[in-house]
Amino acid sequence: MFREMMVTFSEFLRNFGAMWLFFLRLLQLSPSVMVTRFRLVAYQVHNAGALSIVIIMISGLFVGGVLGLQAYSSLEKFNAEDSTGIFAGLGLIKEIGPVITALLFAGRAGTALASEIGLMKATDQLSAMEMMAVDPLRYVVVPRFLGGIISMPLLTAVFTTIGLLGAHLVAVEMLGVDVGAYWQQMQSVLDMDDIREGIIKSVVFGLITSLVAVWEGYNCVPTAEGVGRATTRTVVVSAIAVLIFNFMITATFL
Amino acid sequence: MGPSGTGKTTLLQLITRQLRPDRGQVIVDGTDIATLSQSELYKLRRRFGVLFQHGALLTDMSVFENVAFAIREHTHLPESLIRHVVLTKLHAVGLRGAADLMPAQLSGGMARRVALARAIAMDPDILIYDEPFVGLDPISMGVIVKLLGQINDALNITSIVVSHDVHDVTAVADYSYVLADGKVAAEGTPEELKNSSSELVRQFMHGLPDGPVGFHYDAPDYDEQLLGKRRDVS
Repeated sequence: MFREMMVTFSEFLRNFGAMWLFFLRLLQLSPSVMVTRFRLVAYQVHNAGALSIVIIMISGLFVGGVLGLQAYSSLEKFNAEDSTGIFAGLGLIKEIGPVITALLFAGRAGTALASEIGLMKATDQLSAMEMMAVDPLRYVVVPRFLGGIISMPLLTAVFTTIGLLGAHLVAVEMLGVDVGAYWQQMQSVLDMDDIREGIIKSVVFGLITSLVAVWEGYNCVPTAEGVGRATTRTVVVSAIAVLIFNFMITATFL
Repeated sequence: MGPSGTGKTTLLQLITRQLRPDRGQVIVDGTDIATLSQSELYKLRRRFGVLFQHGALLTDMSVFENVAFAIREHTHLPESLIRHVVLTKLHAVGLRGAADLMPAQLSGGMARRVALARAIAMDPDILIYDEPFVGLDPISMGVIVKLLGQINDALNITSIVVSHDVHDVTAVADYSYVLADGKVAAEGTPEELKNSSSELVRQFMHGLPDGPVGFHYDAPDYDEQLLGKRRDVS
C-alpha cells in the first residue's frame, strides 16, 4: 500500500517535471513561431477562440442573469438593491468571469486541441512531419498553445461583458432596479486593480488550459483509447488547476 | 524482411533517429547519427523520404498541399514552380487528377501513392518504405511495386523496404536481409535466400506454419493447464 503510494507519487513528480521542461521548451520556441508562423497562430486563435464565442456568450448571459437575480433577492432584504451592480460587477470581473470562461474553454477548445494532436500522433502525422524535417513542436504544438493563450483573455472579456448585460437585463429590466444606480454604483466601487486581477487570472488560466491540452495530446498513448483518455484528463486536470490557481491568485491580491 | 515483431520497424526508426539506440552506433552515410544536433539531424533527414505504413498524410490539407508541404517548409520557391514540381510528382504516381481531394476522400491505395509522391517531393537520396504493401488490394499492390522499382531506377536512389511479404520483396529487391529475434538471420540476393540451408530462413521464405518460429506462443504445459491445479488457469 505504502509502496504503491510512493510509486504513484514518484510517477506524478516525474510527469510534473517533464511537463515543466515541455513548458519551458514551448516558451523558448514561442517568439520565433510568433514571427515566422504567425498565420498558423492566427488560425488557432480562430480555431480555439472564435469558435468558442457562441458558447461563451450564451453562458455569460445566463450566469450574469442568475447573479443579478441572486444579488437582487439578497440585497433587497436590506433595502440595498441599488448595489446589485457592485455585486454583479465584482463577482463577474474578479472571479466568475475568468473561472467559468476557463472551464468552458477547457471543455470546448482544450479537448479539441488534445484530441486533434493525439489523433495526429496516433496516425503517424507527427512522425511524418519529423521525417520531413519539420519540427511538430513548432508547426503543431506551439501555434495551438499560443492560440489558446491569446484567445483566453479575449473570451473572458466577452463573457464578463455579456454577463454584466445579463445582470442588467434581470436586475434593471425585469426586477426594476434603477438603471443609473446599477451602473453608477458599479463604477464607484470597481477600480483598475479589480480589472487587472481579472485580466491576470484570464492570462494565467489561458496558459494553464492550453498547456494541459497540448501536453496531454502530445504525450498521449497513440491509440483510440489513449486519445480518449488524454481528452478526459485535459478537462479534469485543467479544471482542478484553474480552481486551485484561482484561489491562490485571489489570496495574493487581497 | 522478417516475421512480425522482430524489430523491422524499430530498425527503421533507429536509422532515422526517431529512436535513439541504447547501445551501439547507427551510421548513415558515414556519420554517427546519435551525435548530431537537432538542426544537423533535420538537415540529414531532408535527404530521406519516408513512406509510412498507412501513409500518414496530414489530414487537414489537400493532396496538393501534402505534397507541397516539405517544399514550402524548406525552400522559398515561387508558387508557380512549386505547382510545377508538385504536379510532376503527382503525375509520377498517376494521381495528378486527385490534387484537390482531401486525404479522407482517398482509398487506401491512393493514399499510399500520395504519400509516395510526398516522400519524393524533395528528391531524396534514400527512400524508406515501412510495410508499403500492408492492407492493399492486389491491383494497388501491383501499382506500388511497379512505382517502387521505377522510382528507384529513375531517381537513382537507395530504397530500403521493410516488409514481411516475401513474394513482393523478392520481386523488387536486389539484396535482402532476414531479421529474426532482433538479429540478422540471413542475407543475400532473393535467389540465395530461397535456397538457404537455414531452417528459419526456409520457414520464413516458404511460409511454413511451424518450425523454428513455433506455432504456439509460450504457454504452460497443455495437459497440466487443462487438468491440473486451478491457479494455473486464473
